Amino acid sequence: MATETGPVAAPGKGGDGDASKIIRFEKVVKRFGDNVVLRELDFDVSPGERVALIGPSGSGKTTILRLLMTLEKLNGGVIWVSGDPLSHMRKGDQLVTADEKHLRQVRQTIGMVFQQFNLFPNMNVLRNVTEAPIHVKGVARDEAETKARDLLNLVDLGDKYDAHPSQLSGGQQQRVAIARALAMEPKILLLDEVTSALDPELVAGVLDVLREIANTTDITMLFVTHEMRFARDVSHRVLMFDQGQIVESGPPDQIFSNPQEQRTRDFLHAIIEER
Amino acid sequence: MQWDWNYAADIMPRLLDGLVVTVSATLVGYLIAVVLGLAIALLRRSDNRAVSGTVRWIMEFIRSTPLLVQLFFIFFVLPSFGVVLSAFTAGVIGLGLHYAAYTSEVYRAGIEAVPKGQWEAATALSLSPGRTWFGVVLPQAVPKVIPALGNYLIAMFKDSPMLFGITVVEMLGAAYQIGAETFRYLEPMTIVGVLFVVVSIPASILFRYLERRYGH
Amino acid sequence: MSVVLQSFPLLLQGLILTLEITAGGAVLALVLAFLAGLAGTARSRILRAVSRVYVEFFRGSSALVLMFWFFFALPLIGFRFEAVAAAIIALGLNVGAYGGEVVRGAILSIPPAQYEATIALNMSPALRMRRVILPQAWASMLPPFGNLLIELLKATAVAALITINELTFVGQQQRAATGESLPIYTTVLFMYFVVAQVLIFGMRRLELRTARSLGRAPAARRGRRPALAGVGDGGGSGGVG
Ligand SMILES: Nc1ncnc2c1ncn2[C@@H]1O[C@H](COP(=O)(O)OP(=O)(O)OP(=O)(O)O)[C@@H](O)[C@H]1O
Ligand SMILES: [Mg+2]
Repeated sequence: MATETGPVAAPGKGGDGDASKIIRFEKVVKRFGDNVVLRELDFDVSPGERVALIGPSGSGKTTILRLLMTLEKLNGGVIWVSGDPLSHMRKGDQLVTADEKHLRQVRQTIGMVFQQFNLFPNMNVLRNVTEAPIHVKGVARDEAETKARDLLNLVDLGDKYDAHPSQLSGGQQQRVAIARALAMEPKILLLDEVTSALDPELVAGVLDVLREIANTTDITMLFVTHEMRFARDVSHRVLMFDQGQIVESGPPDQIFSNPQEQRTRDFLHAIIEER
Repeated sequence: MQWDWNYAADIMPRLLDGLVVTVSATLVGYLIAVVLGLAIALLRRSDNRAVSGTVRWIMEFIRSTPLLVQLFFIFFVLPSFGVVLSAFTAGVIGLGLHYAAYTSEVYRAGIEAVPKGQWEAATALSLSPGRTWFGVVLPQAVPKVIPALGNYLIAMFKDSPMLFGITVVEMLGAAYQIGAETFRYLEPMTIVGVLFVVVSIPASILFRYLERRYGH
Repeated sequence: MSVVLQSFPLLLQGLILTLEITAGGAVLALVLAFLAGLAGTARSRILRAVSRVYVEFFRGSSALVLMFWFFFALPLIGFRFEAVAAAIIALGLNVGAYGGEVVRGAILSIPPAQYEATIALNMSPALRMRRVILPQAWASMLPPFGNLLIELLKATAVAALITINELTFVGQQQRAATGESLPIYTTVLFMYFVVAQVLIFGMRRLELRTARSLGRAPAARRGRRPALAGVGDGGGSGGVG
């Protein structure tokens, strides 16, 4: 999925090659038809940083994650991942639309967990986790299975290797999906409202697993969530979005205890009311 | 052997005569299939288990045996019971009966798609069963299945050359006769093949369009 | 009755050839269906166009006419076919075209979320098709494939008209030899019926197994869909012929 933009001049200043930022959005524009969802969005993320994206429905949070996962094409600007342009490739000093090969190259470092799990129904739990390591990365089957078992133990599903996805609860399926994403050893993990399709009593189990991963690894995480407690506990930084723009950004303590912007206050208020 | 345009032109009238037979057999057979199919669909809704079950298995039998053998049966067996039919008549009856087994399923789906509330409303108004069927249910069910029924018209058109098997000189039969007389099969067979495609492709595109537009 | 007993062995021999033609046609149709279905969902416009032309042309043509053409017309321009080969090729091409629409429809019915999951795992398009999409699509192909198989079995009867001595042809011969049309044709019809029911039963088993392996509830017992009419785009076209 490449961008529609033609060649753009490589922005000289810092942007490209700045590997100290693992993710960098530079004047990113995304439209759906006439609906401009992201207008010249700029932000960056440091390696190992965990960033919570919050904001009202339709503010563009999912779109940001989908752009990073190359599930959407952008309409302007550049996204950099570890200093490499995500949707473009270098050609001389120009950036041109990326081809499939380039996309597969950059995707290697990124994993995603979806709101609806999206497990493969034609595979059991273990194969869901081992499929990509074996067939995409070429890991030996034994090794992939050992690793998958470790990961399934980590997400508390040590007894479900052989189960079929349809035999699992939503919370269990989502934990398999987390294990599946981690099995590819991504540097960046994208999580889009991974608990909002779950029954309330299953949410805690999934969030505990994510806390565990946050505490024991240095994976860069970008997560969209309505679980404010979780965001507060786990994130290093919170980005408050509205209408495709960052309204406010800062450490969780500041955003949640002392928001500067009226829109942030309104949003947090509404969320609390909801609970 | 080379394609001979003059020869092709010479045999055209005979092939077109055959086409007339093909088209009339298809249309008459279709008429039978459409009317009989509806009757069968109604019978299958009968409260009498024996009736609905018997009809169901007869239809399953007709659907899972070849039309050609059914045609042979009608043409060669019925005379021994004193029912002598012309080849054409036997052919259209066979076509109509075979496809009634299919159209009845289409009607059935259409009838099942009528919301239960419609039946209940009819009951609440104390409509007679006849009024319920012909005044309420069928007027809603039938229009929706017309495009699907249209597909069977094309299917029957493509199956109609089987009538050649019981000596009806329809288009394929005409082509075969011409070929046998002159030992030139290339032109008549090719023309017949092309005529079938030329008629059925546009027709099926039309019915698919109608189905998307008006169906469901 | 004695007529039937006398003719029975010959009819059985005919039935075996019928089954062979059905099997040959089914294999050819299956291969063509997958080629056409995959090409029909390919990114390349040319592949899609080729698939479209194949599907429309052979769905639009009559299997019997096609068979006659292969058998009588093609030899005159230098392609000679065994009668059985002509029958198998004609039926395979015809049923394969319907099958192509089934495969295409089944592939397109896989939810986009499954594609997105494969992208998030960095799968190549070929791997995605082979390991994720087709195994799931297979489950929705089976019911229409079952219908097509029955239509194929029935369509093999027209091979009798190019003098292949399959079941229908042997039936004709036996009628001519014995003059007993009722018992002969009744036996022939029942032979087709029994084979069809066995095939329906087998396909149904396969459907259930496949559905279960995908964790889907086995589909409720349904009547056979209105033949080819339903195949592909919700329409169906009746006979393969
Ligand atoms: N595929 C699409 N086609 C058209 N419009 C889209 C599409 N996806 C998203 N949008 C629009 O883009 C805007 C942002 O959507 P997005 O899903 O990113 O919001 P969000 O912040 O994730 O909202 P939510 O909290 O409801 O998930 C919305 O106005 C939405 O309608
Ligand atoms: Mg969202």
